[in-house]
Amino acid sequence: MAGRVQGKVAFITGAARGQGRSHAVRLAEEGADIIAVDIAEDIDSVRRFYPGATEADLDETVKEVEALDRRIVAAKADVRDYDGLKAALDDGVAQLGHVDIVSANAAIWIFGDLAHEVAERDWQDVIDVNLTGVWHTAKAAIPHLIGQGTGGSIIITSSTAGLKGTPYSAQYTTSKHAVIGLMRTLALELAPHSIRVNTVNPTGVDTIMIQNETTWKLFLPDIEHPTREQAAEVFATTNALPVPWVEPRDVSNAVLFLASDEARYITGVTLPVDAGYTLK
Amino acid sequence: MAGRVAGGAGRVAGRVAFITGAARGQGRSHAVRLAEEGADIIAVDLCGQVASVRYPLATSADLAETVRQVEALDRRIIAAQADVRDYAGLKQALDEGVAQLGRLDIVSANAGILSHGLAAELDETTWQEMIDINLTGVWHTAKAAIPHLIASGRGGSIILTSSGVTLKGTPNFAHYVSAKHGIVGLMRTLALELARHSIRVNSLHPTSVFTGMLRNEETLRLFRPDLRSPTVDDARPAFQATNALPVPWVEPADISDAVLFLASDEARYITGVPLPVDAGFGIK
Repeated sequence: MAGRVQGKVAFITGAARGQGRSHAVRLAEEGADIIAVDIAEDIDSVRRFYPGATEADLDETVKEVEALDRRIVAAKADVRDYDGLKAALDDGVAQLGHVDIVSANAAIWIFGDLAHEVAERDWQDVIDVNLTGVWHTAKAAIPHLIGQGTGGSIIITSSTAGLKGTPYSAQYTTSKHAVIGLMRTLALELAPHSIRVNTVNPTGVDTIMIQNETTWKLFLPDIEHPTREQAAEVFATTNALPVPWVEPRDVSNAVLFLASDEARYITGVTLPVDAGYTLK
Repeated sequence: MAGRVAGGAGRVAGRVAFITGAARGQGRSHAVRLAEEGADIIAVDLCGQVASVRYPLATSADLAETVRQVEALDRRIIAAQADVRDYAGLKQALDEGVAQLGRLDIVSANAGILSHGLAAELDETTWQEMIDINLTGVWHTAKAAIPHLIASGRGGSIILTSSGVTLKGTPNFAHYVSAKHGIVGLMRTLALELARHSIRVNSLHPTSVFTGMLRNEETLRLFRPDLRSPTVDDARPAFQATNALPVPWVEPADISDAVLFLASDEARYITGVPLPVDAGFGIK
């Protein structure tokens, strides 16, 4: 049986692990080939919260996609470096023939400070990766999509923090709101080309970005070494559905839907995958 | 993650879906699409006329055609004539369907009508029939279904058909726009009330859909007031001007694909969401 994105090629940033790897695998399961990029190294300001992805992680994504008999072109690239990102995408398109789906997924989370106490470096890194990196991703991909003349689907990973205020994370909340403004602009600019642009807005996702002691401590400030189980109880109170967080695959299923022709007339939309977080 | 479905292929295999306004248009399309993916169907429709509606509504023959199309997919369907304004009758039709098919998992509150007039000029009947069908009918649909969903203990997915008109202002349809906004408030309330039962509630917001509701002179004339008997082709550019994507309207199948996504376990953590299927109508 043909897959739901059979024969398409998807460009995914932050693809070495977590949601990005999950998107690569889910889209490959449904017939897509993949162009995967990741910085695959630590970013200084993030290291105190959780370790960055590695080249070994990116290799694992390659292995999992190839195990599904799909092609994947993977490269180490930093979304802050437009030229490097463009070169990686252009090389992928040269090898795989086209690009149809764009998942602007790469992001970092730095948190714990009140807005007026956020360090300049922390602010700049988050804005550079989470916002300017998304613009770079779209900017590199759009000429391919327009040039092909076959439409396309760009899916930007925003957050519940793109829809609702979140204390102690001004830089992250600002960046995730900003990509919604970018999405709405792109959706209008690209509609004449039948290129659709949407965001997914997840609640907490079960990846290392939240599954680290520093994050758990943000939710449980009175406990010296909080555990995943203790964090789960607090996370669950943020959602309407009785779950603490969602799985990467839940976000991937939304990405797949938006990427597929099933959503051919869905554009300019913020799609929460948030267990009712923004509703509550 | 599809562990709830024992055997069978399809994205909603083994599920049962209750669909109102199922005789034709979007409702029939939802029935067929969900059946293609393995669901059995409980279908209801008024199969009759409403005084304030000036285009022909569905008939019993239309509902029989929905039955034929679902059965042609080797799925079961229980169909009944029922009016969403009549809670007792609607509940009876649903209860009968659940008794025969054994369960209920998915609810598509789809039945709706269209009429028009400036807000200051709408007559009482036109207003009231709109609110009764497009808003109270949706509440009735959910009210009849919720006890079944809670009792099953398996969660569920309720999908309310709202409209792109909730995303921005639209003249000439005060009653329709009010009802469709009301559905969003109902959806958000239900989503919170039912979350602890893992029952999800979302709404769909289509731009114009190419169905009998659109494909009639009465509606087409709203887009081409300069013509006495406008054709679909006459009205196409005016419809297209409302959307960002270069299409005048969407097909029922496009709405059904969104219903299917929200109904399936792929959307198991999506609740309380107004989902546009609107070709960019809302952002333009």
